[in-house]
Amino acid sequence: MLLAFASAVTLVSVAGAHAFLDHATPAVGSAVHASPGDLKLWFTQELEPAFSTVRVLDKSGTRVDKGNPKVDGADRTLLSVSLPRLEPGTYRVVWRVLSVDTHVTEGDFTFDVAP
Amino acid sequence: MTSWSASCASLLAVLAASSSLVASGPASAHGFAGKRFFPATLATDDPFVADELSLPTIAHSKQGASDGSPTTRETDFSVDVSKRITENLGVGFGATYKRLQPDDGDTQRGFDNLAASVKYKFYENDEHETLLSAGIDWDIGGSGSKRVGAESFSTITPTAFFGKGFGDLPAEAKFLRPLAVTGLVGIGIPSRAGTTTIGEEGDISVERHPHTLKWGFAVEYSLPYLQAFVQDVGLREPFNRMIPVVEFAMSTALDRGASGTTGTVNPGIIWAGQYVQLSVEAVIPVNSRSGSGVGWIAQLHFFLDDLFPTSIGRPLLGK
Repeated sequence: MLLAFASAVTLVSVAGAHAFLDHATPAVGSAVHASPGDLKLWFTQELEPAFSTVRVLDKSGTRVDKGNPKVDGADRTLLSVSLPRLEPGTYRVVWRVLSVDTHVTEGDFTFDVAP
Repeated sequence: MTSWSASCASLLAVLAASSSLVASGPASAHGFAGKRFFPATLATDDPFVADELSLPTIAHSKQGASDGSPTTRETDFSVDVSKRITENLGVGFGATYKRLQPDDGDTQRGFDNLAASVKYKFYENDEHETLLSAGIDWDIGGSGSKRVGAESFSTITPTAFFGKGFGDLPAEAKFLRPLAVTGLVGIGIPSRAGTTTIGEEGDISVERHPHTLKWGFAVEYSLPYLQAFVQDVGLREPFNRMIPVVEFAMSTALDRGASGTTGTVNPGIIWAGQYVQLSVEAVIPVNSRSGSGVGWIAQLHFFLDDLFPTSIGRPLLGK
């Protein structure tokens, strides 16, 4: 039965994916040692650019990204935003996206910039 | 129309009318409260109102010998479908084909009683990943085959459902944030207090049908939640979509000379994709009255709102 379950999972994995965050740079919950030039989020489904956005907030809740979130034209699963030089500290990423299947998903996570 | 079906129809009308008076929040897909995705559980109904289809659910268990009955292996094949009437009100229907294989005697096959349900989600808090709903299940007496033990009477079960994710825990407990609990509690009300049987020799036996407390819960640890919202620990397909779960499905007799609790504990794994969900659980009886040996249950579940977002995956009324 477990073998059948594993086989079924493998088969349906190629069918599609939730409009969930697949991975990010900086990674979810990670600590980086240098200020990243941008934040990149890869989702498991293509996004509608007009209704997909991301913000990066510092510990006080002030928005610190450059306010230019965009969905990549060649890879519509990629949402990115440019960052200024970030001081050491904890930063919160807040995203909200509309997938091509019309569902809205949202989420947040933190990453640290180490001294 | 029987009094039971008339009651259910009246209730449905009242709920439909009241739901139109309640402002609903933004449209959400199956099983979401904020960023929390709750999977559909197998042994305990979840608190969501959704467009979904479980086809099939297959369960296998063994009932030990008792009261002159031989040890019997039971395999069930079920289909369940749920449909939203409005964003927060839905109905469901289910059917189960049973195969009973006694150690001695012929194998019995047939349908169990049909089931119908109505559910209304009346509270959602996205920030605290909390959901509350209420509903009524109707086991339609006499609609199944007596050969497989389908009851001749109906059972109505008013039920309260809840769901709570722990994404609001403080940072110090961040690795507990992927935890969530869903559960239910309801009262099974049989339409008859007892069934009288007259044997071939004129002997009379009475089987009493007690009220029952139906209760259960599911504890889930969402690896997708861990990966996306807490910490990327490097899981990739298919493990980053898996949700380990333990379900507790219980029933306690309340009156009419009956007592005690029966039920099962079901540890398992749920894999949740965009359009389908695959689940498999072991079924461990909590006592000898609940079964003998470890059984299993597996399910293929379709998210109709993702598969058909512009047609049958939408509520019948409203957006």
